Amino acid sequence: MKLYREGSRLVQGISGPLIFVANARNAALGEVVTIETKKGTRTGQVLQVDGDVCAIQVFEGTLGLNPGDSTVWFERDVVKVRLGQALIGQVLDGRGLPRNGTPIPCFEQELPISGSPLNPAMRSSPNAFIETGISSIDLLNTLVRGQKLPIFSGAGLPANEIAAQIVRQARVPGNPDTFLVVFAAIGITEREARFFLDSFEETGARFHGIFIVNLASDSAIERLLTPRTALTIAEFFAFEKNFDVLVVMTDMLHYSEALREVSSAREEAPGRRGFPGYLYSDLASLYERAGCISGRKGSITQIPIVSMPGDDMTHPVVDLSGYITEGQIVLDRRMQARGIYPPINVLSSLSRLMNKGIGEGKTFAGHRPVADQLFASYARSREVSRLRLIIGDEGLTETESHYLKFGTVFEKIFLNQGFASLTIEESLIAAEKCLSVLPDEELYRVPDDILEEVGRLRSHDG
Amino acid sequence: MSSYGQIKSLAGTVIRAILSQPVTNFEVARVGEERLLGEVIRIEKGEADIQVYEDIDGVHVGEPVEFTGELLGIDLGPGLLGNVFDGIGRPLAFAEPGETPPVFLKRGFYAKSLEPRSKWVFKPNRSVSEEVFPGDIIGTVREGLGFDHAVMIPPGMPSSRIRSIIPDGSMVSVEKAVCELESGDVIFLSQRWQVRTPRPVREKLPFTEPFITGQRILDTMFPVALGGAAVVPGGFGTGKTVTQQSLAKWCNAEIVVYIGCGERGNEMTEVLEEFPRIIDPHTGRPLMERMVLIANTSNMPVAAREASIYLGMTIAEYFRDMGLNVALMADSTSRWAEALREISGRLGEMPGEDGYPAYLGSRLAQYYERAGRALLNGKLRRTGSITIFNTVSPGGGDFSEPVTQSSLRLSGAFWALDKRLAESRHFPSINWKKSYSLYENGLRPVFLQNLGPQWQKGVAFLRELLDRESELLSLVQIVGRDALSEQDKWDLEMGEIVRISFLQQNAFDPQDAFCPLEKQMLFAKTLMDLHILVSKEIENGVLHYQVQRLGLLRGMLSIRKVPEKEFLTESSKWVEKVGRSLIDMEAFS
Ligand SMILES: Nc1ncnc2c1ncn2[C@@H]1O[C@H](COP(=O)(O)OP(=O)(O)O)[C@@H](O)[C@H]1O
Ligand SMILES: [Mg+2]
Repeated sequence: MKLYREGSRLVQGISGPLIFVANARNAALGEVVTIETKKGTRTGQVLQVDGDVCAIQVFEGTLGLNPGDSTVWFERDVVKVRLGQALIGQVLDGRGLPRNGTPIPCFEQELPISGSPLNPAMRSSPNAFIETGISSIDLLNTLVRGQKLPIFSGAGLPANEIAAQIVRQARVPGNPDTFLVVFAAIGITEREARFFLDSFEETGARFHGIFIVNLASDSAIERLLTPRTALTIAEFFAFEKNFDVLVVMTDMLHYSEALREVSSAREEAPGRRGFPGYLYSDLASLYERAGCISGRKGSITQIPIVSMPGDDMTHPVVDLSGYITEGQIVLDRRMQARGIYPPINVLSSLSRLMNKGIGEGKTFAGHRPVADQLFASYARSREVSRLRLIIGDEGLTETESHYLKFGTVFEKIFLNQGFASLTIEESLIAAEKCLSVLPDEELYRVPDDILEEVGRLRSHDG
Repeated sequence: MSSYGQIKSLAGTVIRAILSQPVTNFEVARVGEERLLGEVIRIEKGEADIQVYEDIDGVHVGEPVEFTGELLGIDLGPGLLGNVFDGIGRPLAFAEPGETPPVFLKRGFYAKSLEPRSKWVFKPNRSVSEEVFPGDIIGTVREGLGFDHAVMIPPGMPSSRIRSIIPDGSMVSVEKAVCELESGDVIFLSQRWQVRTPRPVREKLPFTEPFITGQRILDTMFPVALGGAAVVPGGFGTGKTVTQQSLAKWCNAEIVVYIGCGERGNEMTEVLEEFPRIIDPHTGRPLMERMVLIANTSNMPVAAREASIYLGMTIAEYFRDMGLNVALMADSTSRWAEALREISGRLGEMPGEDGYPAYLGSRLAQYYERAGRALLNGKLRRTGSITIFNTVSPGGGDFSEPVTQSSLRLSGAFWALDKRLAESRHFPSINWKKSYSLYENGLRPVFLQNLGPQWQKGVAFLRELLDRESELLSLVQIVGRDALSEQDKWDLEMGEIVRISFLQQNAFDPQDAFCPLEKQMLFAKTLMDLHILVSKEIENGVLHYQVQRLGLLRGMLSIRKVPEKEFLTESSKWVEKVGRSLIDMEAFS
């Protein structure tokens, strides 16, 4: 209970989403402020203090704010979110308050949304296979419980569909518990948000999840809080309540753009494409909030969606995300054009934790070599099809023609799986069918037992 | 002597304090009521800028700052090995008795780097009235299963005679004196050193000894010398971390200092989980016993990331001073440079290329300068070395950016990781056309002496063949494979066999992750024999498609699994068998 508050009326300037306030006594970094005007109150956060002048970012934006008529009250507290079991099923705004205005009945804790770094000496390596039902993920870029695996997508590519599909289908074989979904909508459109909520509704995830929604029409600055709020909630459920939490965050590009907006209002030296130099550390402070903790049951698995402007994977937001996360699922426009769903480019995709979640007892013995063979053969088939464009069919050797055929079959049968959900065994069979197109001597990585199976399929077809 | 100040302004990780007394640059400060650790980085007109090693959310203007009069330092002694520290030397696995370490790192936590409660058994090797010099080893304590940690006269201490030394078998903690000199100086099990100051050596030595990695492509084609420096640049997912971890596991260094500088927490965890279980092929002891891990991950404070590489270097120097060969690896130089950039930005300094401060190159040079092979201080003639392996994470995978370029200038080996190779899962994805090593010529005599002329022959064969392959591949782009001569077709296939069986090395395959030098040589020889044999038969009329039927690649991959001891016999048998099949074919054609 605060009996008296300190405030200042000296709003000296407004720049973009920031206001500059003088005569602020003993302001703290990150401190919450309330801005009182005749037309209502807004909330903000201190970004920088120089003597008695503070730069404050205003969550609701500065549109219509009149310096003459504003009083800034310092709340002597940082941004926090209320946590409790009662959050399940709720739709919240970026700061963790119910979007429909009805307060949440009870809460157990209140924690700063900025979180604290997880002690690397207390993590435990994620190692449980998550079956997503999507072959190009399960067999080739396996998702593991506690991993952070983003989807890199271009405009018009079905990242949302794939994310929703993963939420719907994800299960850890042999584990009856389902995932608790925490969904953070960051600056996406009403339509996109609807798509997700409807899809969660269909599968029941709607009542077994928490939804933190900041729409494109909502405050851009609140986007900086949205993923933090979501992850603080996720940590509470994972590490206090033992849930396996699946966090979907979309779209990290919008988040980064909000960060850029604030940075440029602070007149910081811009880095690549105008993003601040600390974008890497800032994104890491979000993505690193995934994982498992030694001795605790719960986990946080993250599926952030990152849009690639102009399909450019070297765009700083995409690039830095790739540097931080544990792999990436890359969507490909040319595959989409060829009618392949899901249009996952398996070669540029990667799961860095795959090796921990596969093999005997987890998926199947020989998983790694079979995956390696598929990668090598598909990469080779892509090369051959490029070569064919130059020298034509006549110039190809018999082996090269086999590869060409393999490429086609692999895309048609294996990658173009449609919306069906396959078990890992079914994915393996699909892969074996594709491999049977190649002669034995090209399958140099495949272990003997699987090679035999491939041979059987080949003679069947032949 | 402490002095005090008051916080005037706050921005990101840098605060400005109003001073009441003068302070020195790089002096350690305690910031705010919570006494958060920081370091003075600029002094200006009665005010000081301080980089704070912790998150400073919630810290107020007006809070006090204490200046400690000391520079950032670390206690060096038994207990470093097998342990994990943050960027400023706080032990992350520390817990009070009966408790577990904190799951979330709360700021302001404080624990000594070396556990004062641990007791070590001291074994003197000098006796009373012997004269000792700085750098001299006066005794050892046993760490783990078999590491004798040297207790040294610290650098800078005047030489003197031993007045007293505790007896063999005494149990001592790091805080207890073990030896007193006639000069009055006292020697402890541990010594403190300022991380930004290089520990002195007598003389730097040339690069003539090889550093063995156990990675085929590195040892044969791009070797690094003891005391040298190798840079590993690559876009995300190209294999920087895995390559570095492979080196940490299998290299022949006696000590490995691994700095997770602004990278993933899980990668540190992996080391902590795996290394204690892996046996060092060189000593037979758990790998963790030769490791010091510094984990300042991407989500930990940025200023401590800046300090982490100096901390790692200081620890490396300390073990070098014992006469050991140390491997120092930092993942990643780019994240360190970004920390530097962020702090510089907060100070409002003029940005240089890509926003990095103009002193990026010179700071990096100071770091690389501290590596090397050296003649050590002390009465006995001893050498030790620090070999650097740093990754670089260039934005967009573009090697022309300043951090890659500065690192290149300061190192002698460049292992360029390649996105295309990584995408087709060719690992390690080291591009053999773009990579280089400047150490090769200097190392040649030692290789010749230890392994005979066969080593160089094998290396030359690999190079020529890969060269030939790439030439032929350009030709194929124009005329197609079918138009090539039978010999050319075979050369192409041989190139593929070399790439897949020899250059590729799966870090996660227990049978292949580490390849001893002898085996590398025999492997190269087998490939060479195979190439000569098949080429001869092709000359005799065997056609390439017939050779293809033999499944040579599959054969070579299973030969690769054969352990070093049986390798020669098994591989020769296999080559002979191939020869016989070819002769049969010749009969048919
Ligand atoms: N030598 C190797 N053997 C097998 N797989 C490797 C090897 N090097 C890299 N990889 C694969 O590449 C992935 C990315 O490697 P990593 O070192 O994490 O990349 P970077 O640090 O460059 O981002 C790993 O998760 C692993 O699957
Ligand atoms: Mg890495």
